[in-house]
Amino acid sequence: MTLLGKLTLQAIPLNEPLPLFSGLAVVIIALAVVAWVIAKGYLPYLWREWITSVDHKRIGVMYCILAGVMLLRGFIDAIMMRTQQAMAYDAPGFLPPSHFDQVFSAHGTIMIFFVAMPFVIGLMNVVVPLQLGVRDVAFPTLNSVSFWLTAAGALLVNLSLVVGEFDKMGWLPYPPLSELAYSPGVGVDYYCWSLQISGIGTLMTGINFVTTILKLRAPGMHYTRMPMFCWTALASNLLIVAAFPVLTATLAMLLLDRYVGFHFFTDTGGGNSMMFMNLIWAWGHPEVYILALPAFGIYSEVVSTFSNKPLFGYRSMIYATMAICIISFMVWLHHFFTMGAGADVNSIFGIASMIIAVPTGVKIFNWLFTMYGGSVRFNTPMLWAIGFIVTFAIGGMTGVLLAVPPADFQLHNSLFLVAHFHNVIIGAVLFGVFAGYMYWFPKAFGFTLDERLGKWAFWLWLIGFWVAWGPGYVVGLEGMTRRLQHYDVAEWRPWLILAEVGVGIILLGILAQIAQIVVSVRTRDRRRDVTGDPWDGRNLEWSTASPPPPFNFAVLPDVTDQEPYWDMKARAREIGQLTRPEPEYEPIHMPRNSPTGFVTAFLATVTGFALIWHIWWLVLLGLVGAYATFVVFAWRDHDEELIPVEEVARLDRANRAARSAALHHRLLRRETQRETPE
Amino acid sequence: MSSPESVLRAGRDPYHIGHAPSTGAPEYTGHGAGGPAPKRIVVGYGFWIFILSDVILFSCFFATYTVLIDARNGGPGPQQLFDLHNTALETACLLLSSFTCGMTSLAVARHNLLWTEITLAITGLLGLTFLGLEAHEFHALVALGAGPTRSAFLTAFFALVGCHGAHVTCGLLWLGTMMAQFPAKGFKETIRHRYLCFSLFWHALDIIWIGIFTVVYLIGVITP
Repeated sequence: MTLLGKLTLQAIPLNEPLPLFSGLAVVIIALAVVAWVIAKGYLPYLWREWITSVDHKRIGVMYCILAGVMLLRGFIDAIMMRTQQAMAYDAPGFLPPSHFDQVFSAHGTIMIFFVAMPFVIGLMNVVVPLQLGVRDVAFPTLNSVSFWLTAAGALLVNLSLVVGEFDKMGWLPYPPLSELAYSPGVGVDYYCWSLQISGIGTLMTGINFVTTILKLRAPGMHYTRMPMFCWTALASNLLIVAAFPVLTATLAMLLLDRYVGFHFFTDTGGGNSMMFMNLIWAWGHPEVYILALPAFGIYSEVVSTFSNKPLFGYRSMIYATMAICIISFMVWLHHFFTMGAGADVNSIFGIASMIIAVPTGVKIFNWLFTMYGGSVRFNTPMLWAIGFIVTFAIGGMTGVLLAVPPADFQLHNSLFLVAHFHNVIIGAVLFGVFAGYMYWFPKAFGFTLDERLGKWAFWLWLIGFWVAWGPGYVVGLEGMTRRLQHYDVAEWRPWLILAEVGVGIILLGILAQIAQIVVSVRTRDRRRDVTGDPWDGRNLEWSTASPPPPFNFAVLPDVTDQEPYWDMKARAREIGQLTRPEPEYEPIHMPRNSPTGFVTAFLATVTGFALIWHIWWLVLLGLVGAYATFVVFAWRDHDEELIPVEEVARLDRANRAARSAALHHRLLRRETQRETPE
Repeated sequence: MSSPESVLRAGRDPYHIGHAPSTGAPEYTGHGAGGPAPKRIVVGYGFWIFILSDVILFSCFFATYTVLIDARNGGPGPQQLFDLHNTALETACLLLSSFTCGMTSLAVARHNLLWTEITLAITGLLGLTFLGLEAHEFHALVALGAGPTRSAFLTAFFALVGCHGAHVTCGLLWLGTMMAQFPAKGFKETIRHRYLCFSLFWHALDIIWIGIFTVVYLIGVITP
């Protein structure tokens, strides 16, 4: 045993210039950012206000930033794959097979675990406590640990660009190919350990949010008064709690096979590789709904707000959400109909998969009926929602088609399948988080995003998506299987070139989004959200200032209606003043900042890296360090800090003044409207 | 339903389908509508959710074990390997430790430091004995050539029972930390909440062990 385990200089891919240079570029950019932060003297501020923050809003923002950065990384992988396939007709293209394999594996892994998941969890972090009318999540420090563990996982995945290699067998490492005998490199280990680390973070998020939503709500907020986004967040986090332990167990088994010669999934010693498919998809299918359900919640909020109407069929929406939550655990086998489970088993899972379309259809009709008869405002979040309904309806239909086992036997592992899941994941999840990002950005930062560039981004994404993935359905039906590094079928080529054009259009959409951030930040003084309620919103998050004070609410709101803030505004208009007189302010205890999350993630990264490279002394050091961190955290005496009553009063009076001004402005407008008869 | 705002809303949503009444007493007395729950409830509840997730983790190992139980690869099966005397001792240790853990709960409720420490120490010793017996069993199996790499059945056995053992080890680390915290910090609220979580964890490990005792050992020795 050497000091550095399996790690040698050969781990750095000196003979492969592409990953080396891209990796070095990332390292240089990262170091430049760190240097800039230190040179400008921002480090103490960042450490105090962000890195050690246990404020759910700050953590949510950091989750979203992580997701945005990783989206760029995953999208670069996408461009590389599309370019390779556009070039590689009877030609080798520019990516050798081993590199192409890493690119599609990294793309899937990153997009699901480090883009979609953190984006969804980030929005839940920012919004759920505000919507519930409470001051923070149930376990604020744990929340910080969750975020930093997710970031540690992302760091390890990206480290594989420069040191070693990444998994080469797709975003789910199917055995026996992923066993040591056939994959002796560190790629699978990078995959497993980064997902183990970030998976623990996700599990703790699930525990945190289930507890928050079930145990911490403003007085009067019954289950049937919770905003739809909170309901979908609850369903999603219940799924996390029920599904992520399965992922942890499955990856642990694969790691035991690889590290100590166990025989869970090997093709020797009696191992059973089919068991891996069953276990991984018992997590994997609920995972789809962990991502999709919160997106459905975002659409519910957006559609209702921008249609100026309460959500149509609120109760049926709850039933649909919970039905999806449960049925999502009964369909996993449709991911491997072709593996010979038999006609009876396949039929049951096929029918169960089709049944999921029923509650989903209920949701679609509810959104349509919410718009029906409303005065619809076509702001950017609403455009994303409408674009979603059209895109997702088609993606859902191809899904029902794939749920028919005989059809699935034809389409399995083809580009048709790949087009289907991009159709639903981009069309539902990504469009959803973009809608939520546009919708709640002013709440988190206190100024609105540029609408014009937002609309550009929307149209470029929508058109780009269809140009990129419409061809996928066609070549899939023409028999093209997924993950082809090169091919020799002339009919496919024009479609793959068209798909490349589509990716180019999406690239323009992403550039428009980056430009939108730059322009909006530069002109933020003109676009301040002084009222805290820029969209005429309906739920409690809009009743507090933008950005909200650290304690969210000076006094917890009293919920008397299913749309609490809309109800408050309506009552205020009737009586001509704010519904609550100025309360007697009290000092507020808030949880104190803690570096525990950051330190834990640092140790997790070190331990994960050491495990990947078999550096056992470092593993031991990391584990001892983790235990020491817990003890230090457990030993602290002051876990709360006091926000003085003057500060509470100052912040809340400002918010009340803004509300009052908005109310009188509105009343005045109504007066003038009354004078001109309709 | 004649207040101005309900008229206002009725005009905007003429069908008013699927909505709770906007005024008056709530029809549904949902749970937790009285505002945020107290800290003790939140902490205990959150930890319960964690235990449920841990049970799901174990259920994967249980499922794997039952799938692989016949995959002996020409090697020995449960009847040749399992020694119920050892298992009976292990079970006795763990169940007794749950009892002493319950005694600790009583001592903590009375803020009695001496009895808290004594019962915690006994709980810890019983846990250590359990781990010792398990290590002894594992060692004997490996010496027989029936280690986890021998067959898929033994892989699943070592993983399931070992996963429980790893949990007990973590529990002992936690227990030791608590034994240091009670004298250092006293019976502060946060410390008592932490102890509540520890006792939940320790009892949950007992429940898991009952599952292992039944599925692995008892059923193992009666099925060929």
